[in-house]
Amino acid sequence: MKAPKFRFIKPQSLSEAIGLLSEFEDEARILAGGQSLIPTLNMRLSQPEVVIDINKLDELKGISLETDHVRIGAMTRHVEVMGSALVNENLPLIAEALPYVAHVAVRNRGTFGGSIALADPAAELPACILALQAEIVLEGPQGRRKVDADDFFHGLYDTAMRPDEILTEVLLPLAKPGEVFSFMELSRRKGDYAQAGVACRALISSKTFENIRLVYFGSELKPTVGENVIRALEGQTWSGDIDEKIFSQLEDDLDPIDNLHGSAALKMHWQKVLTKRAIAAAVEKTELV
Amino acid sequence: MEDEKIQIALRVNGEQITASVEARTHLVDFLRSELELTGSHLGCEHGICGACSVRLDGVVVRGCLVLAAQCDGAEVTTIEGLTESGEISDLQERFVNRNALQCGFCTPGMLMTAAELLERKKSVPREEIREFMSGNFCRCTGYHAIIDAIEETMNDRRSGVQ
Repeated sequence: MKAPKFRFIKPQSLSEAIGLLSEFEDEARILAGGQSLIPTLNMRLSQPEVVIDINKLDELKGISLETDHVRIGAMTRHVEVMGSALVNENLPLIAEALPYVAHVAVRNRGTFGGSIALADPAAELPACILALQAEIVLEGPQGRRKVDADDFFHGLYDTAMRPDEILTEVLLPLAKPGEVFSFMELSRRKGDYAQAGVACRALISSKTFENIRLVYFGSELKPTVGENVIRALEGQTWSGDIDEKIFSQLEDDLDPIDNLHGSAALKMHWQKVLTKRAIAAAVEKTELV
Repeated sequence: MEDEKIQIALRVNGEQITASVEARTHLVDFLRSELELTGSHLGCEHGICGACSVRLDGVVVRGCLVLAAQCDGAEVTTIEGLTESGEISDLQERFVNRNALQCGFCTPGMLMTAAELLERKKSVPREEIREFMSGNFCRCTGYHAIIDAIEETMNDRRSGVQ
């Protein structure tokens, strides 16, 4: 199909873009990489009056290493994050997840900030930044504010962003000594949206889970921390296997969406299997350190 | 809403173009309808099939997921441009020899994506070729012949065979 009519505005500065958002609010959509917005325009699922193209805003681009975090500008494209030595060295979870983010042509265009701001429930990066407890930086007419990833994702495509705010950067904490990460995803075709997936950050000592964080995506309405399974895992020791009862805790954490990608029961099963694989991978990585 | 037109100046296959486009026109509609470059195909028009792949500022993108209005100042290369420059003549020859196309609808997109792989990598395992090409659908060949053609081109380029 063809997109409906809209006005196209290309601001030259962030303040101009924020001004436009304040003016048009819900009638406007920000165009970053466009890899999700343009399909919805083409299918007329989205009919904004105004599209604000922020591709020229260089202040939103780039990756830098700060004292205790890595800053990724919202307009940094997936291909740049994937090729970044800084990311590979300091953000192993992001590096591991990026090959699962879409296909090459989409990664060449899609942006890190766009993926977070959209908060697609099946997207990899929202789950990863929630696992890392990153901070999301938003700018609006009232100025700049930081939101913890734990408070950012509210629901299906719903976040803490106000209609007049732009996501400008994400601040991702550096791995603490001994921390390991693993990432598991199930999809029908590599690069497609996940049917089920988990991002894992763990501190493991002598095969015992001292600290672990598991964030689920693909099956839920938003990236979801597995609070109960985490509590059940902490203090447990991995012996090549683990008590299957622990994974049943996931039934209290997750409420999988029943759709054509699978029934709720099937997705619950996948998430249990992926959890086991993710923690096994984390144990293996700890031993390699 | 009135039809607001946006002025753009871009290079397409090396040629400087100026045009006036509707905001909602995506790049491939512009290429096909305005410039009559019909080598870029439209399959799904929402970024799934890859038939619309074109090169934008040096990298392969979904042409249906970029607005023409965004291409002011851009350098666009389509399958027509790649063919004319001879950059992938070896790959095209192997596509024919290996029967890597039947109806041909996906072929321009396949070639655009494969061109980027061949440009970036000198040698990769077959599995990696498959993964790199995973964003392009083919409904005829079953993919094996396409991967064969790309793999053979890569091997031949490395060993200097034309």
